[in-house]
Amino acid sequence: MDKFRMMFQFLQSNQESFMNGICGIMALASAQLYASFEFNCPCMPEYNYTYGIGVLVIPAFWFFLLGFVLNNNVSMLVEEWRRPTGQRGKDPTILRYMFISISQRSLIAPAVWISVTLMDGESFVCAYSVDLDVYQFGNATEHGLSEEELMRMLAKIPCKLIFDGQHIISREAATRYIQCVSQAFGWLFLLLITVIAFLIRAIRPCFTQAAFLKTKYWSHYVDIERKMFDETCTEHAKGFAKVCIQQYFESISGEMRSFHGHLRGDDSDDDDDDDEKHNNDEDKLLGIWAQDDMDKVLWNWHTCKPPLSLRKDGVSDDAKGDANTQEIGLLKLEIIYYFTRY
Amino acid sequence: IMDRLKLVLQYFQSNSESISNGICVILALISVKLYTSFDFNCPCIPQYNKLYALGVMFVPPVILFLLGVMINRHTGVMMEEWARPPGKRTKNPAVIKYLFSAMMQRALLAPMVWILVTLLDGKCFICAFSMSVDPKHFTGLPNNTGLDLVKIMAKVPCKEDIIFRNTTFRKAVTRYVRCYSQAIGWSILLLLILVGAVARVIKPCFNHAIFLQTRYWSNYLDIEQKLFDETCVLHAREFARKCVVQFFEGMQDDAVLRLPLSHTLPSRKTQDEYEEEERLHGITRKEQVDHLLQTWYQCRPELDVTKIAHRPTLCITWEDYKGRTIYSDV
Repeated sequence: MDKFRMMFQFLQSNQESFMNGICGIMALASAQLYASFEFNCPCMPEYNYTYGIGVLVIPAFWFFLLGFVLNNNVSMLVEEWRRPTGQRGKDPTILRYMFISISQRSLIAPAVWISVTLMDGESFVCAYSVDLDVYQFGNATEHGLSEEELMRMLAKIPCKLIFDGQHIISREAATRYIQCVSQAFGWLFLLLITVIAFLIRAIRPCFTQAAFLKTKYWSHYVDIERKMFDETCTEHAKGFAKVCIQQYFESISGEMRSFHGHLRGDDSDDDDDDDEKHNNDEDKLLGIWAQDDMDKVLWNWHTCKPPLSLRKDGVSDDAKGDANTQEIGLLKLEIIYYFTRY
Repeated sequence: IMDRLKLVLQYFQSNSESISNGICVILALISVKLYTSFDFNCPCIPQYNKLYALGVMFVPPVILFLLGVMINRHTGVMMEEWARPPGKRTKNPAVIKYLFSAMMQRALLAPMVWILVTLLDGKCFICAFSMSVDPKHFTGLPNNTGLDLVKIMAKVPCKEDIIFRNTTFRKAVTRYVRCYSQAIGWSILLLLILVGAVARVIKPCFNHAIFLQTRYWSNYLDIEQKLFDETCVLHAREFARKCVVQFFEGMQDDAVLRLPLSHTLPSRKTQDEYEEEERLHGITRKEQVDHLLQTWYQCRPELDVTKIAHRPTLCITWEDYKGRTIYSDV
């Protein structure tokens, strides 16, 4: 478990590399999804185009949305966008930067899907087989088929097993041609997005580098501040709960826990340790010594929970205070205030 | 085993050059894998063969080159160093040149690997140049199909075509073109290795001292940028922590410090109780908590932690009768 924690801490400490890891995993998932997807062209003139282009575009869009869903920073972006101004002004460049960096990461998996689909070529073959020119691939000079029958035959090209027009058109030649076109589109698409990414990443430092450093710092700060706030709230809740429960036990038992002043006055050195251990065990009992008291504690915890309002230590709300707390004196100290300067 | 892994990671991270080399090699391996998984589909049509094959041979190297430039850390460092105003630190053109040449060398590896793998495999060459082969050298040319010569030669790369079914013509032509392709591939490889070896051997003869300096300072720039980013991250963390604590303490009802004591001894709180009060920051009621959470959303505090960073600390000083300090403790 220790090793897992170390690995997790290493990933978490570098938020950027964690997000890059998720991004890479999604890209691999998209490639794997395509490989395991069974492409089933309907081979009918009315539905071929819809199916082919649908398989190309819809999963890409779905991966894009999934990227937004999996990214933790989306809720942070929306929070920063929607909060009232308060005492802190809002900086639109920070919002823009966060949105752009989230979009960049979400665009990788769809790009992988689109390029893998185009490289494979099946979706293009399905979508565009009806647009083929028969005479370019034809084996015979005339086919004697009507318009509709010709379209129906062309639509069957993607399906090897049901194609019946071998004497009119060479299926392999046609498929090969469309796959070529598809692959050409795929490479052009990859080239285009690589050039755009290159222009953004490699040329950007020439412009607005100082402003970029500023927005990067403050967007990272917003993220960390949110985490720190959650951590502080959690710690506060722990402290709150602990004190609340202790005070509840005290209120039921009617005893005060701090016996220390009483007992310490007459201790001796040699059984100091025993005394302390004895005191610790007694402390853990929180003043509940009998079965009836414990039953009352458990019963009241369900039927009559205490209010969410902690008493401050040393000040008792009701007259249950003992002799210990009756005399509260303020000791006057000569206090010199010390200002630290960095 | 985790310790060893951590050591290895630390070693690689400390030397940014070795990281760049590692990424460069990974990109080269990716390019090989990409080639093997790519389904090469020669169109076997006279007008498109050459276009397709040369496209497959040259467009992916451009993509890999651009990727190599983008992934390399030195690119960012170099561009920043080139584009920044001089300020109080003059710019050293030798460092920029060194970074540029290092980046180029690494970025050119993956494209060269793709081109070499393409040539050694031979499919691209066959697709592009099967029409340029003179069929007189080979027997078995199918002459009963009614197609002209160019179209027949263009169909050579396609295995499934029926016109080559009973002859060895297709295999002979492909073998011939593949030979050419592999010869060119091996020569290019030999040339590159020779150039690399010669450059490596004679480089120390020229300006070695200056080379050591530029290498040191380019490494320094890289490390400085990394450290700056790390310091910014740590600073943001501290800033956020102080800002949140300041916000909590600002929500307290009263700021009065009470020091309650019993008549026998000062009430010694245990370490746990001190920690609890520390964590509560003075917020002890449900309404206070609700109000705090509401205010965090409605009215975010300003980004100014001067009050808490320069908070007056209690310091107790013992002075003797003359006013000299004997002992002081914070």
